[in-house]
Amino acid sequence: MADVKLLGTWPSPFSYRVILALKLKGIDYEYIEQDLSNKSPLLLQSNPVYKKIPVLIHGGNPISESMTILQYIDESWPETHPLLPADPYGRAVARFWIKFAEEKLSSASMIFRTSGEEQGKAVRETVEVMEILEEHAFGSLKEKGFFGGEKVNMVDLAYGVMGRWFDAIEECSGVKVIDPLKFPLFCGWAERFNEAPVIRDNLPGRKELVDFYKRRREMMLAAAAAASN
Amino acid sequence: MADEVILLDKWVSPFGMRVRIALAEKGIKYEYRDEDLRNKGELLLKMNPVHKKIPVLIHNGKPVCESNIIVQYVDEVWHDKAPLLPSDPYLRAQARFWADFVDKKIYDTGRKLWTTKGDEQKSATEEFIGYLKTLEAELGDKPYYGGEKMNYVDVTMIPFYSWFHTYEASGNFSIESHCPKLMAWAKRCMQHESVSKTLPEPEKNYEFVLQMKKRLGIE
Repeated sequence: MADVKLLGTWPSPFSYRVILALKLKGIDYEYIEQDLSNKSPLLLQSNPVYKKIPVLIHGGNPISESMTILQYIDESWPETHPLLPADPYGRAVARFWIKFAEEKLSSASMIFRTSGEEQGKAVRETVEVMEILEEHAFGSLKEKGFFGGEKVNMVDLAYGVMGRWFDAIEECSGVKVIDPLKFPLFCGWAERFNEAPVIRDNLPGRKELVDFYKRRREMMLAAAAAASN
Repeated sequence: MADEVILLDKWVSPFGMRVRIALAEKGIKYEYRDEDLRNKGELLLKMNPVHKKIPVLIHNGKPVCESNIIVQYVDEVWHDKAPLLPSDPYLRAQARFWADFVDKKIYDTGRKLWTTKGDEQKSATEEFIGYLKTLEAELGDKPYYGGEKMNYVDVTMIPFYSWFHTYEASGNFSIESHCPKLMAWAKRCMQHESVSKTLPEPEKNYEFVLQMKKRLGIE
């Protein structure tokens, strides 16, 4: 059985998408924490185009981009816990929401990177994205369900970062975006996701996440202030 | 039961062209509808309420949106003819990576090229050439990204060939001089009817863009 390595950084939500997929499928792997300020030869060799994490290396073959990695994992280990529907139409819908997550969730990270007006803009953009998701994506889920039905699938993993990570970002940025009154379907799903088998044992701790993003935010705002002086 | 396939599209859209090429490669009959994007029709808005964009493939009444997702859908449903994705998971991952690269980099940088001037345009041009060189390096000595036959990556990228003249005229540079192998690849793809009958004349693209620039108030 060819060996599996994961190059990632803690607590990158993109890394975690891959970790959670590997755990759900019960795949053994070696995790190698990367220092992005001093990129390793292995990382540069494995992802010469973007030089980013996560990178999965399977039997020496590297795969980059978290959602491409997830599709690869699903196709290489098809027997356990399928991560996409079996029918082409179901897969097309799943891919649509995965693409939406890839394109639209970055406004959320801007909330913790900025302050003042810029932050206000990021908050407004995130709320708009949430409104679309609440109506069109989470609206289609049954009350007790996930995008994968009774089990978590790739779409759940794509959005899973929004639960604990968003929570941490909100706390350290001092803004509340995910109002449970406004986004009840999303919030219900996020709670179920955080409690789902395997997921609940493999998420980063809330306190650790908050501490990490607090420090990160202080550094970023200090750097921005220094740059504008 | 006969399949009903409708494509909501715009003749000049490179995204729409991807779908048209895939459908042609597989010999699928469909109804093509050219949409007025300044006055979007009810069907488009109903079938793509999230993005309100073309292309949208409507297969037996059910909509599929986003060009690369549509191409993968078409490949999976009509899998017996002209497969566009390889069967090996690692090769599939590579194909997805490069199609994703094209999607992320080519259109937006290309658009900057013809909507800006001066230094901004110069840096967009340099960036654009850089991406083309990366794609050319990936192609290597293969006739197509799919090896001996066109695949998902070829289909994703080739529509931009009809836009090359527009990019060159706007940025005042020659793609051939920077990426001769990529140009050779493009001409090779154009020998396929599915491609040559889909891509509009480069001049028509350029006229369309000049009209758009006037309307947008870009000189």
